[in-house]
Amino acid sequence: MMKSISILAAAGIALLSSTAAFAGDVRIMWYSDGVEGQVFKDLIAKFQKDNPDIKVTVDEVAYSTIKEQLPVQLAAGNGPDIARVTNLKSLAQYWLDLTPYLKDAEFWKKNYGDQLDWMRPDGSNIIPGFMTQITLTGGFVNKTLFDQAGVALPGEKATWEDWVNASAKVAKSQQVPYAFAIDRSGHRITGPAISYGANYIGKDGMPAPLDDAAKKYLTQLIKWNADGVSDKDVWVSASGTTYKPAADDFINAQVVMYYAGSWQIPNFMTKIGTNFDWVAIGSPCGPAACTGMPGGAGLVAMKDTKNPKDVAKVMDFLASTPIAKEFAERTLFLPSNKEVVAGGLDFKTDNKFAKEALNTFVKATTTTAPEALKLPGWKWSDTVYGALVSRVGQAMAGEMTADEAFKRIDSDIAEKVKAAK
Amino acid sequence: MKANGLLSASQSALMAVVGRLMGIIDVPLRYLQRKTGQTGMAAFFLAPNMAIFTVFVLVPFVINFVYSLTGGSAIFLSERSFVGAEQYSEIFACGNYLDPNSCKQDVFWIAAGNTAAFVVLQVSLMIVAALITALILNREIIGRGFWRAVFFFPVLLSPVVTGLIWRWIFQRQGVLNGVMQGLGLEPHDWLTERNSAFFASIGVSIWAHVGFYTLILLAGLQAIPKDLYEAAQMDGTSRQRVFWRITLPLLMPNLIVVLVLALIKAVQIFDEAFVLTHGGPGTSTMYLVQYIYETGFASELRNPGLAAAASILMGAVLVVLTLVQMAASRRNEKKGAR
Repeated sequence: MMKSISILAAAGIALLSSTAAFAGDVRIMWYSDGVEGQVFKDLIAKFQKDNPDIKVTVDEVAYSTIKEQLPVQLAAGNGPDIARVTNLKSLAQYWLDLTPYLKDAEFWKKNYGDQLDWMRPDGSNIIPGFMTQITLTGGFVNKTLFDQAGVALPGEKATWEDWVNASAKVAKSQQVPYAFAIDRSGHRITGPAISYGANYIGKDGMPAPLDDAAKKYLTQLIKWNADGVSDKDVWVSASGTTYKPAADDFINAQVVMYYAGSWQIPNFMTKIGTNFDWVAIGSPCGPAACTGMPGGAGLVAMKDTKNPKDVAKVMDFLASTPIAKEFAERTLFLPSNKEVVAGGLDFKTDNKFAKEALNTFVKATTTTAPEALKLPGWKWSDTVYGALVSRVGQAMAGEMTADEAFKRIDSDIAEKVKAAK
Repeated sequence: MKANGLLSASQSALMAVVGRLMGIIDVPLRYLQRKTGQTGMAAFFLAPNMAIFTVFVLVPFVINFVYSLTGGSAIFLSERSFVGAEQYSEIFACGNYLDPNSCKQDVFWIAAGNTAAFVVLQVSLMIVAALITALILNREIIGRGFWRAVFFFPVLLSPVVTGLIWRWIFQRQGVLNGVMQGLGLEPHDWLTERNSAFFASIGVSIWAHVGFYTLILLAGLQAIPKDLYEAAQMDGTSRQRVFWRITLPLLMPNLIVVLVLALIKAVQIFDEAFVLTHGGPGTSTMYLVQYIYETGFASELRNPGLAAAASILMGAVLVVLTLVQMAASRRNEKKGAR
């Protein structure tokens, strides 16, 4: 009975969510933050020219599709052949080990080895894919508004309070609705929390209860929201674990300071244009560090693919040094390929703000805290991020106190850990 | 057919073919009727519908129920562990049912409370709005056809489109605040303030569906015999009395249908409200279906068992509502027969 029900359920899910490719085809699920979708399609067109026997289809989807629908498709065995993913570790059981199919596995280990643990199941040494870009979270400010308000930009070692207070002065003087915005994302608020001294990982490698440093930062964040300093639209006007970026508010000059990350540079370059001057400020300091959160998106192959050889051929092409270089230079993304980094990059832009911002983020990588570097490869990161977002969101909406939210965060995480066993 | 009522040669030939075909079918059907009797024939004709119902309703319901008795985040039942009624006890683990914060699954109870409040307010307002609209559209007003189309048009829109349109209207820099500022009024954070977001979700839902219910009531109004109104007019009965004594009682069967359909639809609220508010601010517009969706599909560690248990409980509420509808319809039929 259980088996037949299981088969029926699987057939139903398969019918509803099937995106798998037929033999000979390679289907890629791709999301874009900015212009990278077009660049990627150009590169795929190049591949197709040299490999007419492999038909590559790129399905460009919203980031929320990758976050919410791809995991269900993978669990049902009906995902694409390749996907661009950010929650690489929590879905690691679905990735294909490309090692036996690659032209030169050593090339992959040498050039992409530093981030392979971010996408491997714990204790494994497979090669499931490569990072299309390395990112670091960090802030941006609208410099034109600062200049108009006559407020000086806080210096290099300025704290979170310094930046938010200065932005509040600017917002008041220039009648901008909000001083500061941070994406509705657990990953985004983790950089500042670590700067305050937070550590999510317990001695046993499992999630630790929220420590005082994390509580201190989150209390501050909730207060900034209650005081009207931070953009309510982003955190309050959603529920649960919904991801919500504040990029549009920054682009439309509705906030003075925006904390997101390096991936927004091409987006700002294209959409802000010459409307106002903007600068990247890296990560403001807390009592413990001045750190952002490393991360990025990886292109990974799926275990359930029917065409592992063709998939590996596409992956070999995309991971090759000239292609990775072209992708980075045209998208303005920080590459993960070591040969590309060593050979130097000529980012295809004349936009001085973008160039300066790229330099700021490269410099900011030197101050990334060890606690932050551990998280992309930690199995429970997404669980912690999810609990943080949903409960801090409720506290910001006035549904519970900060202390109640902290208790709920701990119990939510404990419950998820129990359910996963 | 020709004007004189005679069939053309081709039509006669067609009728002959149909007749023959019927003759062929007639033999096995008569045989079947002899063997199974009248009840058996009824079952035979119901079988295709029952097969569709079984595949698309009954089997998924059974699968869903079995899921609610299992644990873990795996999708395939064979990979899931049997946990009995654990998911149900998880939902009902509360210190005080009136205080969601005392419950283990606090968000489920918040969502249930929100859904109950939404159902009560939305359905009552919806019926009043649909009744008023139907009464107006039933009168001889200029451009009656046009106005009927205007009220029905939102029903044709996709819920996502509806949600997005109203999000653009209600958002901080949206149309509504633009108009308010133009009139010298202070803008309001419609979607980040608890009460306004909740009432916005009710308003949008009414806007999207009122046309459908108006149509049902309009059909009821047009079925009321005109001579009753003429007799009332001749007696000099006031308009209010006509409404309470003639229109409303004779419209009751349609109102019951509207009430039950609106109730069932309101309990299932999800799409347009989700696009409009994403369940926020906080969880103030998080309704049960969104809770089920997020628990089963969208959270970092999915819990399909808990989502299935919540959907079974919601299904039980819907069954109760359907039974109420059936009882009310029967009572109404009996009244009509007297």
